[in-house]
Amino acid sequence: MAVITPRQRTGWATANLVVLALALIPVLWLVSLSFKTPAAVLDPSLWPAQWTWGNYSGILQTSQFLRPLVNSIGIGIISTLIAVTLASMAAYAVARLEFPGKRVLVGLALLIAMFPLIALVTPMFTIERQLGLFNTWFGLIIPYVAFGLPLGIYTLSAFFREIPWELEKAAKMDGATPFQAFIRVIAPLAAPGMVTTAILVFLACWSDFLLAISFTSSISSRTAPAAMEYFSGGSVFTVPTGPIAAAAVVITIPIIIFVLFFQRRIVAGLTSGAVKG
Amino acid sequence: MADIVLDHISKRFPDGSLAVDDFNLAIRDGEFVILVGPSGCGKSTTLNMIAGLEDISSGELRIGGAVANNKSPKDRDIAMVFQSYALYPHMTVRENMGFALKLAKTPKDVINTKVEDAARILDLTQYLDRKPANLSGGQRQRVAMGRAIVRDPSVFLMDEPLSNLDAKLRVQMRTEVSRIQRRLGATTVYVTHDQTEAMTLGDRVAVMRSGLLQQVGSPKQLYDLPDNLFVAGFIGSPAMNFLSGTMEEGKLRTSLGDLPITDQLRQEMERAKAGRDVIVGVRPENFEDAALVSADSRGHGITFRTSIDVVESMGSDVFVYFTQGRDTGVNSAELEELAADAGRADTGASGDTIVARLDAATQVHEGSDAELWVDARAVHVFDPATGRNLSVGAVSGTARGPVT
Repeated sequence: MAVITPRQRTGWATANLVVLALALIPVLWLVSLSFKTPAAVLDPSLWPAQWTWGNYSGILQTSQFLRPLVNSIGIGIISTLIAVTLASMAAYAVARLEFPGKRVLVGLALLIAMFPLIALVTPMFTIERQLGLFNTWFGLIIPYVAFGLPLGIYTLSAFFREIPWELEKAAKMDGATPFQAFIRVIAPLAAPGMVTTAILVFLACWSDFLLAISFTSSISSRTAPAAMEYFSGGSVFTVPTGPIAAAAVVITIPIIIFVLFFQRRIVAGLTSGAVKG
Repeated sequence: MADIVLDHISKRFPDGSLAVDDFNLAIRDGEFVILVGPSGCGKSTTLNMIAGLEDISSGELRIGGAVANNKSPKDRDIAMVFQSYALYPHMTVRENMGFALKLAKTPKDVINTKVEDAARILDLTQYLDRKPANLSGGQRQRVAMGRAIVRDPSVFLMDEPLSNLDAKLRVQMRTEVSRIQRRLGATTVYVTHDQTEAMTLGDRVAVMRSGLLQQVGSPKQLYDLPDNLFVAGFIGSPAMNFLSGTMEEGKLRTSLGDLPITDQLRQEMERAKAGRDVIVGVRPENFEDAALVSADSRGHGITFRTSIDVVESMGSDVFVYFTQGRDTGVNSAELEELAADAGRADTGASGDTIVARLDAATQVHEGSDAELWVDARAVHVFDPATGRNLSVGAVSGTARGPVT
């Protein structure tokens, strides 16, 4: 390991501070905004002159925000469960079996993941209206699952590849059907991968704005990020900055908790497959 | 307990390669049969076909008299021990051993009794509640065996179970395997690439090469009467020495000298229409320091002088290495393939490098000349084209005929 001179150390410290500042100052500003009174919104200081809980109490007592929060949680959880189940089955097949068209299938999955979402919104809008899915929970769940699957399949197939083939042979010799072998032997061993995938899919659903705003028209199915768009201020000309900031903070808190709790898992999950490939 | 019959079993993989070619073997109930051969010879594939992990391309497999080709592994009443043990990492030893019984919906108390019995046989009782990651290699191997024993199957299959252990542990576990097999009296098929394991463990040994069965017999039969060049060179450590030789004037000319041959051998060679060039095989123990050979034995062989390259003293024996070569130019494809299979490096020496085992009392030392004696009665003669052992036809396994 190379020796780091004091001058290099200060150099690195400065760089770190700059990066942290760039990343955190907007967040801190948001938090401070959420505690400011409407009159003080334009106040340039980071520390509110007057602290108020009014913004938070306002949004948390109105169904305009509470119902979307419930929608977000419900849609997020259902999408995650369906996506992880389907992805683990597909990933198992991709990792273990050789079948004609496998390469094409995996390539297609990656293509879907990389395709610009915004180009698909208009056609999907039309389709959903035709199918009667517009402004329903499933109107959001189906696209979320579809766009979460490629990432899930990719992550999970790396995990399944890590598990030695011989365990399945041993299970077969012990009298297990392929399904029993999957449930009792393989799935428990791939659990870290499944948790990682679940977390990633949930976060993607939770913070999605584009699809939420395009495919919903009322709070019956609108999710939290989209709901913020519809906050109204004191008058038609007032932008409700305080409530919006409070809503943003409320929406971000679960993500922060998730990441802090599971950060090691997430990194390990994403990189453990990479070493063996 | 059941017998196993492999009747013209073949395995062809989807890419067209023939992994096992017309394999025939009848294994008696309670017998310990070993499949041995170099990497890629088809022994593991054969084992997998018996287990039901691979489909049989053609031929019939009968277990306990019933055709088993299309039976799934769990219906064949077979237990298998894998090379890498394949223990379930997320289960304790107890759960690992009881997994098969749990799948078969055996009552819990029966499972417990069986698991504890097996643990006692294998000396694993104190490890029952540990996970495999916290066990040593030898302990894991015993758990793998325990998992098989608990099921009380008709047949045990073992795929190189000792390969992942260090040398000392391997020797220990070898006796364990033998002891357990005898105690349970189970029909066992054991795959290994190590000829020492084959020789020490098996009732019968089947030598395979490139998908073909070379020879089946007891270890002694394979050692004394190898059917062909491959079996002769594979079985026995250090391996048999091969020299080029020519038949001239009723004698066998080799780089060691002219070896007398028996009438029977000459007749066999004529019958086989062997050419003048042959390959002569001599095992290291058929050499001796000429000074230590008794007078009445001396007549059974010939002596020759040579310069000793390397001397390895093992305490009970002394191994000497020497070359004795004139380049006779006898090239045998068989010999080259054999060398490649056995992994012998091509040293580029023009002569034949020979290893001899001498009595520990010998006085030979490195770099000096020595007079050695070779027993002509113990010499094997092979046909260079087919690799067939011509002297097996002539030798019945009892006393050999008079030397002319």
